[in-house]
This record gives sequence, structure tokens and C-alpha cells, in this order.
Amino acid sequence: MNAPLRPNTLAPDPLSITVTGARLTYGGTELFANLALTIEAGITTCLLGPSGVGKTTLLRMVAGLAEPEPPTAIDTSDGAPLHGRVAYMAQQDLLLPWLTVLDNVLLGARLRHERRSPALVARARALLDQVGLAGREADRPATLSGGQRQRVAIARTLMEDKPLVLMDEPFSALDALTRLRLQDAAAEALAGRTVLMITHDPLEALRLGHRIHVMTGRPATIGPALEPPGLPPRAVDDPALLALQAELLRRLAG
Amino acid sequence: MRLLRALITAAVLLALWQGVVSLTGVPRYILPGPLAVADALQRQAPLLVRHGATTLTEILLGLLLGVALGGASALTLASFRTARRWLMPLLVVSQAIPVFALAPLLVLWLGYGMASKVAMATLVIFFPVTTALFDGLRRTEPGWLDLARTMGASRRSVLWHIRLPAALPAFGSGLRVAAAVAPIGAVIGEWVGSSSGLGYLMLHANARMQIDLLFAALVVLGVFAVALYAAVDALIRRALPWQPDTHPAEEKD
Repeated sequence: MNAPLRPNTLAPDPLSITVTGARLTYGGTELFANLALTIEAGITTCLLGPSGVGKTTLLRMVAGLAEPEPPTAIDTSDGAPLHGRVAYMAQQDLLLPWLTVLDNVLLGARLRHERRSPALVARARALLDQVGLAGREADRPATLSGGQRQRVAIARTLMEDKPLVLMDEPFSALDALTRLRLQDAAAEALAGRTVLMITHDPLEALRLGHRIHVMTGRPATIGPALEPPGLPPRAVDDPALLALQAELLRRLAG
Repeated sequence: MRLLRALITAAVLLALWQGVVSLTGVPRYILPGPLAVADALQRQAPLLVRHGATTLTEILLGLLLGVALGGASALTLASFRTARRWLMPLLVVSQAIPVFALAPLLVLWLGYGMASKVAMATLVIFFPVTTALFDGLRRTEPGWLDLARTMGASRRSVLWHIRLPAALPAFGSGLRVAAAVAPIGAVIGEWVGSSSGLGYLMLHANARMQIDLLFAALVVLGVFAVALYAAVDALIRRALPWQPDTHPAEEKD
């Protein structure tokens, strides 16, 4: 199923990223200092924390959208800079309302003036099919529901086919049921990729993360990784998951 | 339904007007009734058509030039920081000058012909179009810009593929304003000095106490303004089908 979507020529080697000495000050207050985070290759790392702890800024530093404050260092396992090698997905779907669903998925190619080859279009269609939106290619985003729009955003993120996928609370604007369904779709679509996902929802982290870090406090610290048993997407009614959720809530509060 | 309502409103207003004229017996040279105006419209049709054609040409040329120049300056301002730094203050100050005060000067420089009126209309249109598009270009959803940056888009590509399409609705509002003020620019230009056009005809009729002709010219001008606005509005709606309708409540019935 995944083979035609990720042809060998395009498949990025799993890449791991290490962030060390991360520091962020805002208005004279130190939000965090000397933070370290490892994003392991080929798996999903979840960074769980309350709002305002600085986790989004940390992700933006990795994405190259925020200037890292010295002495923050972002190193990759292959030594090359991360610039141009990330795919970014935000809380809002960020679909362009004037483009069709298919054109939104192909946005990266359009922005880089890449040729719209039949192979490229076929891959976009296959990705839309994978997220359950076959037949909606020619529709405009306004005709889709919130969940469907975020599915298009997932397809657009995968279309970029970058070694590192960064997700900033991608499902937090959705209702509970839609969120669970999208988590299933995302877990399937992201299997085998290096992912950093930011979330404030312990259940989401437990369903999707291979490794979960809790980021909390002021100045914020990142706790040791929690590795829940089993593979994502984990079932919501798994008793082990519920026990771990209690543990995560405790860590968040502490 | 909307059209019917508008027609009924117009009919009631016209009846009121005729009633006031008939009851008070105002002389024709102060306020002619709608019937007298209709009569003038019919009798003077060839004259109105000739002068109307002049004014319409001025309006359309002014609209074309004003929108082109306004669009180009907004794009320049949005693309180059230097342009923004040097030209923004100039733009703001120039907007504070009442453009109509320049009309005599334009007539002096460009003569009594069409050029001075086209220049007037262009000037009046230029500012709303420039500010509307420039504002639209500046207010792009920051998330889209973030996304484009992670996708490795160049500044030009972002401007062309994201900021410009995103600014089109704002540009559309600028165009609507432009369509509404363009006739004013042309007519003021004609008032100051001309030998043809509806503004000239109105002054002429006024001086000769042909108030019914003045009203008839006003009616033609009003029809131009409404038709122009409707055409621009329809064009914008057609060009931006993804833009949610601004009057959903009105469209329902």
C-alpha cells in the first residue's frame, strides 16, 4: 500500500535530530534554558505540555521559522543543515481557499515552480485516497468539513516527502470523534517517518507517540521519555493507556 | 424579489416627488417634477447621449488607468522595503490633499479636452485602489507564510501564489469604491473647464434655467454610476468564486 506512495528514489533516509542548549527568553523572562531533546529517526516523538510553556517556539526553531536563541544548537544525524528538509503542519489546516483540494496538496511544487508531472499528480491523488478523500480532488476547501480539511493538510504534508515532519497541535481544533479518526489516519500515514508532534492532549500523545516527553514548568524542563507499549495508533480503551494517561497528567501538573 | 422591492421604493419616492411639486406649485425652474424630467430625457435624448458618451469614456479610461497605476504601486510598495520607506509617507500626505482642489490645475496643464478629466478620475481612483490592495497584501494569514517558508518558496513566489490571491478580496473592495467615485472625478473635472460631457451640460443647463435638463443629465449620470458599480461587483464575484458571499441573508429570498 505504501510502496507506490514512497518510491525508493524519493524516500528520505530516516534522520534523527538533536536539540541541545535550547534557550528562549520573552520580555526579559526566561521561558526555558539549556533544554535538550532528541527526535529519534523513523518514529514519532511527542512533546506534551501546557499552553504557554514554549513548546511551539521550540518547534518553530527546529522548523527554521523562529531564530534559535544562542546557545541553542540543532544537529542532524547526517550533519547537513535541516533547512529545506522539514514538512510542517499546524493547528489550522492552512489550505488556500482559492485552490482546489488537489492543488492544495501540490502547493509545495507550485511554490517551488516544479513541473507538474503526471507522476507528481498521481502521487497527490494516491495520498488523497490514503486519507479517505478520493473523489474530492476538484472541490474547494470551503466545501469540506473541518476534519476533511485537516486530512487534506496531512496529504499536503506527506506530499512534501521530507525527512522530518513537524506537527504543531494538528488536531486540537477538531471535535473529539473527528480527532480520534484523524489520529488513526495520521498514525497510518506517518509510519516509518521521523516526526515531532506538539500536543497538550495526553491521550493524543499516548495514541500517536512512540516516545513522549513532558515539557512543563517555568523555566520549562523536558522530562525523560515515556515509551508506551504497543504501536500507534493505540486503542483509546486500552487500560494500559488510561493508566499512563493518569501518569502523564501527574507529570503535567508537577 | 430584491429588484421588485427596489422598484417599489423608487416608485413611491417618485410619486412623493411629483406630489410635492403638484401640491406646492414650485416653479419649474426651481424643482421640475419627475414627469417633466422624463419629458426632458426624451426630448433631449440625442444631446444627452452625445455628452454622456464623453463622460462615460472619461470614467472608463480613468478607471482603467487608476486601477492599473494603483495596482502597480501597491505591488511595488509590498515588494520593496525601500519603496515602502520612501513612498509611504508621500502617499499618506498626498492622500490628505483634497484631490478636487487640483482640478483647476489639471485643466491648466492638460487643457479643456478629455485628458484633464481622465487625469482627475485617475487620481480619485488611484488612492482607494492602492491602499486597499496594499493593505490586503500586508495582511496575509501568517500561517500561510510559515507554510510557504518551510516549503522553500522564494519571496516572489510567495507574493505571486499566496499574498496576491489572498489580497484579491481587499482589492475587490477597493475596486468597488473606485467604481463609485470615478463618475465624481470626471464630472468635477468637467465643471472646472470643458466643452463637452454631462458635467458641462449640467452647468450649461443650470445657467439657462433648464433645470429639467439638469435633472435629466443627473439621471443619466446616476444610471452610469449604478451600472458601473453593478458591473464591477458582478465581475468581482465571478473572479473570486471562493470568496464567501458577503450578503447571504439577502440572497436567500
